[in-house]
Amino acid sequence: MSAGPTDTMIPPTPRELMVISAARALVDAQVCFVGIGAPSTAANLARASHAPQLVLVYESGCIGAKPTRLPLSIGDGELSKTSDTVVSVAEIFTYWLQSGRIDVGFLGAAQIDRFANLNTTVVGPYNRPTVRLPGAGGAPEIAAGCRSVIVTLPQNQRSFVRRLDFRTTVGFGDGPGDRRRLGYRGAGPQMVVTDLGVLRPDPESNELVMTDLHPDVTTEQVRAATGWDLRIAERMERTRPPSAEELGVLRRLEH
Amino acid sequence: MEAVGVIRADPPELVASELGTAPVVRRRLAAGQEIIRQGRRDLTLVRLTPDLIYDQMIGMGCARRLIFSWGGNPGVGSLHRLRDAVENDWPGPLDLEEHSHAGLTLRYVAGASGLPFGVLRGYRGTGLEKVTASVRPIFCPFTGEQLAAVSALRPDVTVIHAQQADRAGNVQLWGISGVQKEAVLAAHRSLVTVEEIVDRLIPRPGSVVLPSWSITLLARAPKGAHPSYAEGYSDRDNNAYQAWDAVSRDRATFLAWMTEHVLGRAG
Repeated sequence: MSAGPTDTMIPPTPRELMVISAARALVDAQVCFVGIGAPSTAANLARASHAPQLVLVYESGCIGAKPTRLPLSIGDGELSKTSDTVVSVAEIFTYWLQSGRIDVGFLGAAQIDRFANLNTTVVGPYNRPTVRLPGAGGAPEIAAGCRSVIVTLPQNQRSFVRRLDFRTTVGFGDGPGDRRRLGYRGAGPQMVVTDLGVLRPDPESNELVMTDLHPDVTTEQVRAATGWDLRIAERMERTRPPSAEELGVLRRLEH
Repeated sequence: MEAVGVIRADPPELVASELGTAPVVRRRLAAGQEIIRQGRRDLTLVRLTPDLIYDQMIGMGCARRLIFSWGGNPGVGSLHRLRDAVENDWPGPLDLEEHSHAGLTLRYVAGASGLPFGVLRGYRGTGLEKVTASVRPIFCPFTGEQLAAVSALRPDVTVIHAQQADRAGNVQLWGISGVQKEAVLAAHRSLVTVEEIVDRLIPRPGSVVLPSWSITLLARAPKGAHPSYAEGYSDRDNNAYQAWDAVSRDRATFLAWMTEHVLGRAG
């Protein structure tokens, strides 16, 4: 038999490891506000594997979406046709998100800092950017309003930066007490899942700490991929390698 | 496209084209391309998720200002004409006024409600509250909580695409309705293009109905949302979004494409 794109004998790519680890973080029957891209892929993988009762909410107003293929945009008809209900955008951000009804917000980003603040706006100065990125979308209020937040993005010197070029979305702001001071009710980012491992905020300082490494990844590697002096957990967990089922479901979703 | 004559006769300064939903649904590509053919300049364009038609209008120099909350090619990557305008002033400078989806949506809600501003729990601690003048802090008169106020948005004209109208001019749209109702009701005037004109609207679950007296103009424009979709009529043309990446990346390729596909075609 020839090796097709869904052949689970082919080892996982770093991106697939990231998506599978992110999917594992979602608990069945949670209500999850999903950003498009890697977060949507991971949330759909979770629903198709260990969390069949996961409730997917998209900012286009789709509540309880059950897509059978990955949506390319949040306005995809596959989302509206499979949802429990479709509400207006005004309603999704007010009655459903701002009111605190969503368990977990699932976001990507171009840049992240040590307090899990996110940039999706510009690389370089705001008024004359080197790269103009798409912008905020729903992220600022998703991070503000969900009970907790999971962030997923690749880990390297360009994305894990000492100082964001622009703070689009508040994680922990400048540190302890900032979320409360700013009036944000949710707990903020509780996990950052990358292609190298997982980071979690220190409960006291709110600073991200590397707590898990994916298979074969070293602490030297994650330090070198981080633009600040990265804290490493005293007891590092090792990511369980993806199962054939996880890889198979992910590859079927993506092809 | 009979309705475009009205745009020509009575030029809008502020065009909100929530041709889509929040994000992405019913792109008013047909009306947007007529704006390009008419050589309009200095427009302020508004939309939560500007996409291909906005990239075309920006690349052809129709826009001076863009009010938006997410400007990318969904599932593909960048809007290259938008980026070229912001990063290199080509074909001219483009002022940006950017919000989050929630903030820009509440600007429409305030406009539609006849209120001076909308209010939300957001923006605080972000860079957006520093760069966007239409966001200001406000304090709850009951609890003292600090919140964000966003000024009402009242476009001169809103253009949307819907599925059906009846012969009396009542409009029905369904599927993902986004902010289309709010964008129409916030505007001073509105143009609605529809897939089909039917004898009688049959109510659908979750649909939005705009009575004829709440809109200004109606035009029939089948497939007027292409390459986006109109639920029940046409699917999203994903290949067109992919293809746009290559077309729009290079200025000369873009201009040649526009000449062939837009400027040379009658509305």
